[in-house]
Amino acid sequence: MSAPIVTVPPGIAVAPEMPDLWSAVKPPRGVIGFLRRHPTVAVGGMLLLLMVLMAVLAPYLGTVDPTALAPARRTRAPSANFWFGTDMLGRDIYSRVVYGARVSLTVGFAVAALASMTGLAIGLFSGFVRWADAILQRVMDGLMSIPPILLAVALMALTRGSVGSVVAAITIPEIPRVSRLVRSVVLSLRDQPYVDAAVVAGTRTPTIILRHILPNTLAPITVQATYICASAMIVEAILSFIGAGTPPTIPSWGNIMAEGRALWQVKPFIVFFPAAFLSVTVLAVNLLGDGLRDALDPRLAKAL
Amino acid sequence: MALLEVENLQVHFRTLDGVTRAVDGVSFHVNEGETLAVVGESGCGKSVTAMSILRLVPEPPGRIAGSIRFQGRELLTLSDREMRGIRGNDISMVFQEPMTSLNPVLTVGRQIRETLRLHQGLDNKAATARAVEMLALVGIPDPRQCVRQFPHQLSGGMRQRVMIAIALACNPKLLVADEPTTALDVTIQAQVLGLMQELKRRVGAAIVLITHDLGVVAEVAERVMVMYAGHKVEEAPVAELFRAPLHPYTQGLLGAVPKLGSSLTGAQTRLAEIPGQVPDLKLRIEGCVFAGRCALATDLCRAIAPALEAKAQRHFAACHFAPRAAAAA
Amino acid sequence: MSALLEVNDLKKHFPVRSGRFGFGAAWLRAVDGVSLHVDRGETLALVGESGCGKSTVGRAILRLFDITAGQVVLDGRRIDDLPADAMRPLRRRMQAVFQDPFSSLNPRMRVRDIVAEPMRNFALATTRREINQRINVLMDKVRLPRDAVGRWPHEFSGGQRQRIGIARALAAEPDLIVCDEAVSALDVSVKAQIVNLLDDLQQELGLALLFISHDLAIVEHMTHRVAVMYLGKIVEVAPKRNIFAAPRHPYTRALLSAVPVPEPGAARQRIILKGDVPSPINPPAGCRFHTRCPYVFERCRTEEPELRLTGDGRHFAACHLNDLPPAENPMTSAIVAD
Repeated sequence: MSAPIVTVPPGIAVAPEMPDLWSAVKPPRGVIGFLRRHPTVAVGGMLLLLMVLMAVLAPYLGTVDPTALAPARRTRAPSANFWFGTDMLGRDIYSRVVYGARVSLTVGFAVAALASMTGLAIGLFSGFVRWADAILQRVMDGLMSIPPILLAVALMALTRGSVGSVVAAITIPEIPRVSRLVRSVVLSLRDQPYVDAAVVAGTRTPTIILRHILPNTLAPITVQATYICASAMIVEAILSFIGAGTPPTIPSWGNIMAEGRALWQVKPFIVFFPAAFLSVTVLAVNLLGDGLRDALDPRLAKAL
Repeated sequence: MALLEVENLQVHFRTLDGVTRAVDGVSFHVNEGETLAVVGESGCGKSVTAMSILRLVPEPPGRIAGSIRFQGRELLTLSDREMRGIRGNDISMVFQEPMTSLNPVLTVGRQIRETLRLHQGLDNKAATARAVEMLALVGIPDPRQCVRQFPHQLSGGMRQRVMIAIALACNPKLLVADEPTTALDVTIQAQVLGLMQELKRRVGAAIVLITHDLGVVAEVAERVMVMYAGHKVEEAPVAELFRAPLHPYTQGLLGAVPKLGSSLTGAQTRLAEIPGQVPDLKLRIEGCVFAGRCALATDLCRAIAPALEAKAQRHFAACHFAPRAAAAA
Repeated sequence: MSALLEVNDLKKHFPVRSGRFGFGAAWLRAVDGVSLHVDRGETLALVGESGCGKSTVGRAILRLFDITAGQVVLDGRRIDDLPADAMRPLRRRMQAVFQDPFSSLNPRMRVRDIVAEPMRNFALATTRREINQRINVLMDKVRLPRDAVGRWPHEFSGGQRQRIGIARALAAEPDLIVCDEAVSALDVSVKAQIVNLLDDLQQELGLALLFISHDLAIVEHMTHRVAVMYLGKIVEVAPKRNIFAAPRHPYTRALLSAVPVPEPGAARQRIILKGDVPSPINPPAGCRFHTRCPYVFERCRTEEPELRLTGDGRHFAACHLNDLPPAENPMTSAIVAD
């Protein structure tokens, strides 16, 4: 609604027109706008998506059976036939790396999901139910003091190695970290006036946790989950590297690097390619995590 | 020539949500030794105005235009280095929250000494002596002990006194005080206001006092300027403003202030309200900024923004109807 | 007829770690023996400066924590020792509006859900239609536009959020609302709007209000009685006129004289209290106010004064000066001399 045009009557003093100091900005809205404002999320997300697609579409990307042995053509350098070369058993490294993505991504996502959900549940309970807090925190302290590598080795000794046991071995030491984060968020939220208001309004404790506390923990948890994913992928590679991880029959980036270790000075390509893919994937996840943290932090969100 | 002259000051901020015109064409001056109060509610731009005098506004996302002249010298074009020589030295600032304005890990003495060493080049011993002197000046009971204490060991009132001591340490000509007593309890506020009155007499600095509390204004200020939505709407000597406010916003504000003892006179005890709320500063406002809430607003007001004019001796108001408003008041 | 809310000798002490390794627990005596009552349909203002314990009293009444000693009685029924399940239905009668408009509303809930929460909890409405109808009525009562219900709290200003908070409190159809510094964080003109709103609602709905505030001036415009607190205890309780016209406790007098008055050049007989408020961990012996009192004498240092009837029927004060004959009492003789 624009003001009606009025001719200025005589004797009326008009305030001087003040110029705009900034040109008008139209903040881009929606998902595209979000991605443009947070390029790290866009880049990290894109790279990660590429990796996921690669893993899912592995059979269609010009790969052959990654476990097919062909000793006749072992340790060939990268060429038109074997883009990444072959390893000491003649297996196509390109196919092994592409299929290896499946293991790493599965482990990364599974650990992130399991650790987050378990940590969330424990952290919520611990932060809100005071008597449980002291006990749970001591248990968490204990769990955190176990080095994940040692735990993995122990688990391997007890069970038969599989991707599942690798996931379990990496998840368990990560749970305390998430639960601590959730707990500290819950403790600060517990004192918020709107929680008091919910109590006064007659809301039951479980509902308070679910409706008032939980939604506000999701942002920090999501960020933490990305860091756990990155860390889990590296730990899986390390475990496979020392032989306590994924069974050698299943190609994983760590396994490939382990196998190529002895020859790495003369045939560096065996170690190089899985290492490169692992690095890029971890970088992608970290960028995504950093970007999300900045995007979801309400204080940083408003400044341009 | 006035000590401080601000002309057509504009401060705009660009954020993700748009451009906020926090201060949009404000002019005023402060003479030597006088106290000017800047009154307004949240979002009116008074704090931003104060921060721009000391160039404390972050320059992206903010942008400043206009002129701020201190002793004839243009501040907005000075380099960072030159500005640092002025802050704490010629122009000082006292903030609202003493808890967060003092460094919690440094002793009080160290914080006072910092400014003395920087601007006056005093050595440790001389600086400490002067710090003790300043603390005594602001009424701290045991200055020698206080110099060695940390902020968290002091109460809110004491911390605010320390802030005043730091601000006055280098004998500034102008003190900018941003809501200095708002965070204090009313009995402590009374102490600090009394202190400020006394210091005015002894130190002779000019003061720009930012506040929303009209009671504090009535006690401490000599001249008052009223801000609304980034604009200055009225300016007058303090007695004149309270006696005969000309701008409808000022009248509304004075009507909304609770009056102690009102229940005893049998007068109407219901507070006068200003209907509606402060406009969104991200939208460009056509015409008078207050038109949306003003009982006297006409089409003229909504189309043409009134200029700030002298309506009486030293009394300025930005309202097309100011003379009529005075009659209706 | 019994009062709607009665508080008897309420005490709340918080443990404070002191000494080496956290042994030797000291107690922060936030509330140390407070008794008051609120009748149906009346407003009692509970005033005092920071640290006096007034917010703690409010929170104790609302049973946001357990009290150390004393009783809280709602309509003849003791509520301070009830288990949570028994307490919950009684909460319907006692609601609250909090100080900070920005954190008293869950930022991730729409206005509609915020206001509907008490309705659902207390089964005041079950179908969607009923709930929406009631919400619309409440929006009208607090003078907010009806389309506000679908929006998020951050889209509103401080004053509007407080209105939403008031709507939420009203949704339970309570008998008493505890306003814990409900207008302190608002601008002058918005304060006036909200105070007027609360006053109107009280008259319309017959609500009782416990209005906790540090601002004596604003309290004068909407309360019936005033109780003044200092360092965990009530030092004076009286009907409004008595408190503002003839206070009978030196702290109340100092508080009144400290309020800056918007009248330039008004002759001020200001009583400046010396020193700072003592720590509630170690309150002074005898009368807690004696360390800052301008009229202190020997008895004050050793004997704690009781809250006693002084002057006319409903005015209580805890000060030894009131035991002196009026001519020797600096508070009454000063009033007489005025």
